[in-house]
Amino acid sequence: MPEAKYLLVGSSHAALEALRAIRLVDPDGSMAMLTRDDRLPYSPTILPYVVSGRSAPDKVLLRDPAFFAANNCAYVPNARAVSLDAKARAVTLENGEVWRYQSLLIASGAAPAIPPVKGLDGVTYHVLRSLADAEGLRGAMGAAKTAVVLGAGLVGLHAAENMAEAGLKVTVVEMQGHVLPGYFDAKASTRIEDAFTTHGVELKLGRKVVEVAPGKVMVDDGTTIAADLLLVATGVRPVTDWLEGSGVLVDRGVVVDEAMRTNIDGVWAAGDVAQATDFASGNKALIGIIPTAVEQGKIAGQGMAGDSYRKDYAGGLPVNTYRFFGRVALSIGRAAATDGVEAVETASGAYRRLVLEGNRLVGYASVDEPFDVGIMGELIRRRVDLSECKDAFLARPVETGRRLMSEQWR
Amino acid sequence: MGVAFDSISFKASLCDGCGDCMTACSQAKGGASRISIVPGAKAGSFETALCRQCGDPKCVQVCPSGALDKDGGNGIIGWDASKCVDCLLCTAGCAYGGIAVDESVARVGKCDQCDGDPACVKVCPTGALEFRKAGSIFNEYGAKEDLFVPGLSGCQGCNSELIMRHAMRKIGRNSVLATPPGCIPGMGSVGYNGKTGTKVPVFHPLLTNTASMLSGIRRYYDRIGRKDIVVMALAGDGGTADCGFHAVSGAAERGEKVLYVCVDNEGYMNTGMQRSGTTPYGSWTSTTPVGEHMQGKTQDAKNLPLIMTAHKCRYVATASTGYMEDLYEKLDRAIAASFEGFSYLHIYSPCPTGWRIPSSKVIDACRLSVDSNFNPLWEYTNTSGLRFTHSPDNAHPVSAYVKMIGKYRHLSPDQLAHIQAKVDEQVALLKLMAAESPPPPAAHRAPAGSSTPAGAEPSQPARREIARN
Ligand SMILES: Cc1cc2nc3c(=O)[nH]c(=O)nc-3n(C[C@H](O)[C@H](O)[C@H](O)COP(=O)(O)OP(=O)(O)OC[C@H]3O[C@@H](n4cnc5c(N)ncnc54)[C@H](O)[C@@H]3O)c2cc1C
Ligand code: SF4
Ligand code: SF4
Repeated sequence: MPEAKYLLVGSSHAALEALRAIRLVDPDGSMAMLTRDDRLPYSPTILPYVVSGRSAPDKVLLRDPAFFAANNCAYVPNARAVSLDAKARAVTLENGEVWRYQSLLIASGAAPAIPPVKGLDGVTYHVLRSLADAEGLRGAMGAAKTAVVLGAGLVGLHAAENMAEAGLKVTVVEMQGHVLPGYFDAKASTRIEDAFTTHGVELKLGRKVVEVAPGKVMVDDGTTIAADLLLVATGVRPVTDWLEGSGVLVDRGVVVDEAMRTNIDGVWAAGDVAQATDFASGNKALIGIIPTAVEQGKIAGQGMAGDSYRKDYAGGLPVNTYRFFGRVALSIGRAAATDGVEAVETASGAYRRLVLEGNRLVGYASVDEPFDVGIMGELIRRRVDLSECKDAFLARPVETGRRLMSEQWR
Repeated sequence: MGVAFDSISFKASLCDGCGDCMTACSQAKGGASRISIVPGAKAGSFETALCRQCGDPKCVQVCPSGALDKDGGNGIIGWDASKCVDCLLCTAGCAYGGIAVDESVARVGKCDQCDGDPACVKVCPTGALEFRKAGSIFNEYGAKEDLFVPGLSGCQGCNSELIMRHAMRKIGRNSVLATPPGCIPGMGSVGYNGKTGTKVPVFHPLLTNTASMLSGIRRYYDRIGRKDIVVMALAGDGGTADCGFHAVSGAAERGEKVLYVCVDNEGYMNTGMQRSGTTPYGSWTSTTPVGEHMQGKTQDAKNLPLIMTAHKCRYVATASTGYMEDLYEKLDRAIAASFEGFSYLHIYSPCPTGWRIPSSKVIDACRLSVDSNFNPLWEYTNTSGLRFTHSPDNAHPVSAYVKMIGKYRHLSPDQLAHIQAKVDEQVALLKLMAAESPPPPAAHRAPAGSSTPAGAEPSQPARREIARN
């Protein structure tokens, strides 16, 4: 029976960061990284670029075998976990193999959430979460003339842009009233929507797909759209099916505390699969982005290796850096908030929205104007009081933010 | 032994906002400048955004394409244009504006330190930007044989171990070492179960006679024709400034060919933190307590290195582990001088235990002690006189330094004013001596934009004070 002191399920951002954190304090403890994928680690975020052809599938791998050899970690591909026996400290794989562990990291990420649309199980549709998905979509694009995308989130819009650039007639159907809901307020979204419309993508906002059939999609406004290709990008949900019956507490994701511990001794969780603290509200929330996966992975790894320098998770901030048709949209924190906050908007050429609460920055978004997202995130996280420099900050946020972080550095 | 890397440092107090660095960078990189100078909080002050080449780089961790990676050889976080997909996630990772959108090419741009010769540093006219080579020095000497055994029992965070191990690596095996009573033998240099803690001959003189014994040893080696042996002391301030002083003074007066290194932790820290002759005014020690009748030491410290200049020694210098490049250069000159006459090196060494500073703040304390002119860095030779090796202008107020040290916690405003006045007086005297000295030989003059601008050089235009931070 294979055994590892540290067993990591998942091979993406959260697991890789945990590996690093563990090896900082424990260079020798046996370690294995299991993944259901058949390749070396890669990021789901890179997939739209594989679809567009900008990145070759073999050039997007984040680590090579030499890395795992140097870090004394067994990398096990094609290893889908199907169950966890927390008492016996053992994980069973699809192929029947059982792995014993001393500490376990659940970093199985998220998978596309498939909405209950009539007829969907009778047609071929695409999702985008694995390299195989991306290669499949790229292949299908070649033969298709029309495409329909369900959902105007990041994944849907990325793909829609790629397909439009490749010459397909693309329609995006989104339930909410504007694109990228949650990240951007309506005004910012309008700019993004305009770009899509200008590039020939039809946006059906505030609309639902009611039924699909081979080659066509019916929308609740009564229209039927031709679709050689159908992409479902209506969000993701944590991969927790393999934890059923294990006793690990799962709400919408695996519930973790400030140290990324689950309710079960010796079991940690991090990344898209984990339901950790939200910075703004302090409640448990799912924030499925790389920066949170990386931070949570580090904290979990530190906990697993008993690193005494571990710091509690302060909560996740939504971060969004989005390039569309060569333009740029950025947002961090509660950039779309309206209640109980002071929002300052400017729109001359570029759009900018700063959200403050009690003279502290809580959110920032811009379209067509770059800013240092990381600096603004740090001002939010440290709850830096801006009263002394508020006018300067509102007038020149980038310069003033840089100044503030330069001072903090010393 | 780990590796260390060179780094670009920015001193806000010296920046006058000319922006030359930005121009030079954008020329060198053919795009937006990787360093950005922005207005500071006070009028006329400036701050910067610049990649710090983090040891734990967030930009690398969040990059989904593997386009960013830290080079294990030079420590630079490199960017691979062919892998980058322009997602800008790295800009969300960096809290210092170290990687940002270069609008001229619509991609990210970041500092790569220009192959070890940064364009920005070269043009900085004020010395606000420095390319600090401490990392390569550390690597070079770290790779040499450590002449102390592992497991010296110093206090956590004590920088005497850094001084001992690195100085001896530089000096090498051809040396005879004296370590009079103090922290250095206390750490085990002279005794481990009947064996020494060093790999060179070491002896443990009395507190009073170190320099005399070294004089004899040197004369013996001279007689048998061994001219290659460095005869040296690693002594504390007590054994040098107080009870050992007659021997030191005598040896200096006779011009004995000895390298005498004083590791000054401002007291008898090894035996219970008593005051010494170099304990500064106002310091708490176990013999200058703080209470109803006393508020720390009531006398000023004696300035031992300055006293040594009055002996017309071959070489006298002050140094600090906060400025390793400077310390290393001075070690070179001190060793060379010790074959010709008395060579005296005074290294300031904060004591985390006796001074009540957190172990992690010792090097910070070293830096601030220099940056506040509490311990100015200079060197003296009997032919060229005195010169500063670190600008004494634009210094922080001394309050910034004493604030971080527990032994000054009780200081009254009056006491603080006294310390500041004393510091100003010392600097004024040193400046006077530097002004009286002939201009330094070309080799000693810092080249333009070098890491240690020599503030007192007549060729350096006097710069207006920008701001105190
Ligand atoms: C198209 C797309 C675009 C995105 N764009 C952005 C963006 O711009 N910015 C951003 O911050 N984030 C973006 N994200 C989200 C980001 O990719 C995720 O937040 C991040 O990958 C989460 O990392 P993770 O380690 O938690 O899990 P994942 O990356 O989901 O990895 C899960 C891992 O677990 C493995 N696994 C799953 N189940 C099992 C099992 N049962 N047994 C064994 N192994 C298993 C998988 O093979 C995989 O290795 C995007 C995602 C997608 C899909
Ligand atoms: S870009 Fe920022 S995060 Fe990356 S190494 Fe530089 S300072 Fe660190
Ligand atoms: S923009 Fe930054 S994070 Fe994105 S791929 Fe390029 S280097 Fe990596």
